[in-house]
Amino acid sequence: MYSEISTNKRNSVFLFILFFILIGAIAYVINLFFFQGYLFIIFAAVIAIAFSLISYYSGDKIVLSMVKAKEANKKEHAHLINSVEGLSIAAGIPTPKIYVMPGQQINAFATGRSPKNSSVAFTEGSLQKLSRQELEGVIAHELSHIKNYDIRVMVLASVLVGIIVFASEIMLRSFLWGGMSSNDNKGGRLNLIFIIIGVVLLILAPIVAQLIKFAISRKREYLADASGALLTRYPKGLADALKKIKNDTSELKTASNANAHLFFSSPFKKKQWLVSLFNTHPDISDRIQKLEKM
Amino acid sequence: MNLLYWILIILGVIVLYIIIAYNSLVVLRTRINNAWSQIDVQLKRRYDLIPNLIKTVQGYVKHEKTVLNELTKARSQLVSGSMEQKAKASNQITDALKSIFAVAENYPNLKANENFKMLQEELSGTESKIAYSRQFYNDSVMSFNIKIDTFPSKIIANAFSFTKKEFFKVEGKEKENIKVDF
Repeated sequence: MYSEISTNKRNSVFLFILFFILIGAIAYVINLFFFQGYLFIIFAAVIAIAFSLISYYSGDKIVLSMVKAKEANKKEHAHLINSVEGLSIAAGIPTPKIYVMPGQQINAFATGRSPKNSSVAFTEGSLQKLSRQELEGVIAHELSHIKNYDIRVMVLASVLVGIIVFASEIMLRSFLWGGMSSNDNKGGRLNLIFIIIGVVLLILAPIVAQLIKFAISRKREYLADASGALLTRYPKGLADALKKIKNDTSELKTASNANAHLFFSSPFKKKQWLVSLFNTHPDISDRIQKLEKM
Repeated sequence: MNLLYWILIILGVIVLYIIIAYNSLVVLRTRINNAWSQIDVQLKRRYDLIPNLIKTVQGYVKHEKTVLNELTKARSQLVSGSMEQKAKASNQITDALKSIFAVAENYPNLKANENFKMLQEELSGTESKIAYSRQFYNDSVMSFNIKIDTFPSKIIANAFSFTKKEFFKVEGKEKENIKVDF
């Protein structure tokens, strides 16, 4: 159990290093073909920083309103609130804000920057369809995301992906709209090769960044399963909840590609043509199997 | 000169280690105290809910006064005392509550009572919060005790006289409730 937690932590560190290598590579390319004038670069940097700050500080609110989540109240959701409070005590974190979102699919997510600024949201379907122990398993999984700072890792990953996408977009555009002409007299063949490599890198960077983000997300799911089981001391509850989810066919309309990585289990039920590299979540049967072995 | 540098570096590392180890022991000890007051909060909450439960149940179960008396008795034993006394009284209350809810199964009118339903949810919620706060307390005690027992933090713990903490024990029936099967 503990070794699972530490390997997962190591893996995410490795993935973050990849992220920064990628950003470094983009910066190198930008440096190589730097001929646009400082004003333009400063302008782009200001936009990128503003964008990052907004998504870091209010990303949680944006996501919660995207899925139409409403704060849980003591009258209707006494059981949910009690369970979240209890498991927060077990995890040793302050009780997060608790939300309920519409939708019959069994699902949940946690978001925020730190245990002090965090929220958990559950679908109405998960409150109706799961038994007490199963729901506690799911809650423990979400609280583990908070306790392990996965919520911050994922928010940061999203911000980094955003920056990479933004930077490569800007650079590609500036290449295509005039960068080339000012440069072609001096360079010759070598320069042309560099330009081609640069363009290819800029096209590939956002895709690679997304893949890294998905890989981090998948790693973090296993970690949260393991430490969630440590909280309830009852891995079977979570395993049973996952089994119910496997057979659940309801769709979640409010989920989109932008927020899929946050959820407890992948909100898209239909088989997709995308290969497993693009999955935000590990295979559900695999998760059940790991829990049952604990 | 070279040797002096090395000695200074080694001394620096040792001092740094002492500071880090001392601080982490203090952090763990504070966490244990916090966890203990967390248990206390939940025990108090249950203590306050019980009279309401008795008032609600009394009207319905006229022939089974013994369970109610047992609960009243167990509740009165939960006075501020040592950890062991508290743990014992708390376990008695848990058992008494369980038998009351078992008895309530035979009284459909009682089970339909809104007030009773609310109290049952609140009490079982508090019950699991007690269990979870105890779990957190014991986990914290465990990591503190391990730190005191293992080398080299053992030396620091001895030097600053950190002593091991007691676990919050659970006996008999209640233990079965929380499965620890890894």
